[in-house]
Amino acid sequence: MIEGISIYEVLTLSSVLFFIGVYGFFTRENLIAILMSIELILNAAAINFVIINTYLYPDFLQGAIFTIFIIAMAAAETALAIAIIINLYKLVSSVEVKDTQVMKY
Amino acid sequence: MKISIMETILFYILAALIVVFAIASVSSRKILRAVIFLLFVLISIAGIYFMIDYSFLGAVQLAVYGGGVIVLIIFSVLLVHHVELELEITPLRKKLMAGALSLTGLGITLWAIYTYPFQAASADRTIEVKDIGMKLLSYGDGGFMLPFEVISILLLAVMIGAIVIAKGKKLNE
Repeated sequence: MIEGISIYEVLTLSSVLFFIGVYGFFTRENLIAILMSIELILNAAAINFVIINTYLYPDFLQGAIFTIFIIAMAAAETALAIAIIINLYKLVSSVEVKDTQVMKY
Repeated sequence: MKISIMETILFYILAALIVVFAIASVSSRKILRAVIFLLFVLISIAGIYFMIDYSFLGAVQLAVYGGGVIVLIIFSVLLVHHVELELEITPLRKKLMAGALSLTGLGITLWAIYTYPFQAASADRTIEVKDIGMKLLSYGDGGFMLPFEVISILLLAVMIGAIVIAKGKKLNE
């Protein structure tokens, strides 16, 4: 735990980060920019896991391990999403949300 | 006492960096700059992990996010966009709606957090890499063997999927 910082302040920070991510998710029209907002949201969740682990249950490891899982999931999700985005760009020459209306069939 | 004040100041600096660069990242119109702002956010978060003595997590955050994810996103930006391209301006109405929605959500979340009495434990423990490794590979009580295996399968599936999807059709077909 951080000396002189209570759990409330860190949770405030992670909530602010989460809702900045939500704002970006709503306003962005570009698929890559939306992906970046999702990264912000996932990171806010990861901070929450770690902070609650350290401040409330310092004898357990669950939060740290779940954060590792979140990071692995986020990396996997980014790789797959970027593969899809590049494939989409080959098909419709655009990665804007409004241009992607057609699926394969 | 002096160390405590220093840590407090350091935390506030990191928090300010995270919030400022996150806002810059979701509002910048040049997408390459937005990616770099996101990189700053992720590095500051790694700083917070280091501050609470989760050095392993901080290292993973730096390696996977700072080294892997950001490079992937930059590559895809450079493949898909022109470097100088500016994103479309979002309509003001949409911005206001999204801002109002986010602020409402933030208000509700903060209200829930500040009215809940957290019982902060006083014990402080440094987590070592060895503990995390033992826990990940233990199949006993509270072990994480199964999720660890599942995440390995997931990573394999994603690897194959990304190759198959990104390969796509050839342009002349």
